[in-house]
Amino acid sequence: MRNLTRLALTAAAAAALAACASHKPPPPVAPTAPPPPADTGAPPPPPPVAARPTGPLPGTEQDFVVNVGDRVYFDFDQYTLRDEGRRVLDAQAAWLQRYPSVTVRIEGNADERGTREYNFALGARRAEAVRTYLIDHGVAAGRITTISYGKERPIAEGETEEAFAKNRNAHTAITGGVR
Amino acid sequence: MTSSMRLPPASAPAFAFTPASAPVFALVLALGLAAVLPGASLAQTPPAQSAPAPAASNALEVNVDRGVVAPLPIAVPPFLGKEVGADIARVIAADLQRSGYFRPVNASSLDAQITDANVPPRFADWRGAGAQALVTGQVVADTDGHLRVDFRLWDVFNEQQLVGYQFSASADSWRRVAHKIADMIYKRLTGEDGYFDTRIVFVSESGPRAHRTKRLAIMDQDGANPSFLTDGPELVMTPRISPNGQEITYVALSRESARVWLFNLRTNRKEVLGDFPGMVFAPRFSPDGGKVAFSVDRNGNSDIFLMDLRSRQTRRLTTDPGIDTSPSFSPDGSKIVFNSDRGGSPQLYVMDADGSGVRRISFGEGRYTTPVWSPKGDLIAFTKQTGGQFHIGVMRPDGSDERLLTDSYLDEAPSWAPNGRVIVFSRETRGGGARLYTVDVSGRNLQPAPYSAGATDPAWSPLLK
Repeated sequence: MRNLTRLALTAAAAAALAACASHKPPPPVAPTAPPPPADTGAPPPPPPVAARPTGPLPGTEQDFVVNVGDRVYFDFDQYTLRDEGRRVLDAQAAWLQRYPSVTVRIEGNADERGTREYNFALGARRAEAVRTYLIDHGVAAGRITTISYGKERPIAEGETEEAFAKNRNAHTAITGGVR
Repeated sequence: MTSSMRLPPASAPAFAFTPASAPVFALVLALGLAAVLPGASLAQTPPAQSAPAPAASNALEVNVDRGVVAPLPIAVPPFLGKEVGADIARVIAADLQRSGYFRPVNASSLDAQITDANVPPRFADWRGAGAQALVTGQVVADTDGHLRVDFRLWDVFNEQQLVGYQFSASADSWRRVAHKIADMIYKRLTGEDGYFDTRIVFVSESGPRAHRTKRLAIMDQDGANPSFLTDGPELVMTPRISPNGQEITYVALSRESARVWLFNLRTNRKEVLGDFPGMVFAPRFSPDGGKVAFSVDRNGNSDIFLMDLRSRQTRRLTTDPGIDTSPSFSPDGSKIVFNSDRGGSPQLYVMDADGSGVRRISFGEGRYTTPVWSPKGDLIAFTKQTGGQFHIGVMRPDGSDERLLTDSYLDEAPSWAPNGRVIVFSRETRGGGARLYTVDVSGRNLQPAPYSAGATDPAWSPLLK
């Protein structure tokens, strides 16, 4: 709870200081310095000290979610990883090697455009694709469990392709070992 | 509980009732052999033991195999005796109407004519009201709180009794009596077994999609008496009911695991089925009730297993690296139809019950899932996805004669009524929740099930004993 509050405050601070949207962790942005006064010859005053928002503490679940990314997405009825998914998983693998006590559960999900049992098996394949990738990139197999939620736990409401695309994912949930 | 006995043909003198201690339901099972008395004249009713006369060519009947059926007009006036008599008649009429083969005739001006359910009605008046069949009955409350319910089915044009029975039941079982009477009428007039004295197990859904509560539930097939069997935080999926109607097997999905459970309806006890590494799902009983087939997913590979419920020994039936799931037995137990994507897309396959002799049976365009073998053995129902739409369809077990029965945004999870004529399934509308629908195997008579709340994954019970 404390962490969540901190995260919210951090986000608010970042938004106040820099009105720029970003999926990556917002790099601290100093307020733009006012234009130097014209023709004074005097050196401009030093810019005010920028208020640097503190990001999530390294090694926390928030750090993983915000700075690494905890979800990769799939095409319809597919379980092969996309390029951007591999990049997220590369970062996950690196993070998990940095924090070797962390354990994770890979949760495979499917959209609603399939029947329940088949989609359950499909979600299991997606979870396995992520598990295999992480193992191949140095994460010990014993730190990873998998589960499929099939189409039972969608994250996006609505019957649009955009919502379906979000619901076709594998989520890496931290189950223990974080600070 | 209820019991029943066959009534002799109605005649002017009152007949003697058989004691209500008759063997429970033994006579119901013998109905097909005993209930018909064609050609009997009302004045000289033959004894029930006499051999049936040959059926008249114009005998009252409903042909359920014809492409287009004009529903048979049938009058079901309130049974005599208390409010429950009217309630019973209403339930009978509703069952028959929903089947699509009957059209209840409203002839309330004639209701007052029925003053003794054991005296032949004035047929001409009912003919005048447009009825071709007439159901009369009466309810008597015994001193011990039991109900005695007599009913008679009449052929209005041939002026003869077709069926007569008496039931004895506890007062709170009146709906079951009504369903049993509807089953007898349906069987007498269509030649097919009824399916009204049955229940449907399903998953009750409530709440928004992203935080949905899914509970195991059960109700009468007409939507009455719904009740929850689980209330926990686990998501319940794909319940199936055992051939004796006493056990349910289903999947409970938690954050960490997917497990198959057995739930005993008599004891309300539940137990987890086996201990497997990986996720366990898609359970279904064998026709003898002694085994459960299911899928186990290990490292992204789903295969079908079979567990003997007595010895708890488990046998692996498929070893393909593809998805193998949704097993469903043929009614003789010799074969299993299942879903596999081993060929590149989800299709239907049939194998022998020991896992040998696998062959693909679906070859149409689209994705085929959720195969379910008909209790009659003649057809396999399935879900098909094609052109962005979902369909419930049927094909023969060799894959021939595919027919799609429905077309919607999202239909799935077909389950057969025990007579193999009606399929219940779940339909989700775009932007709406899911509820249950029924469709006749001919593709006619598609309609929402009477239970209107959120529901998926229906499983139709066998006829209750």
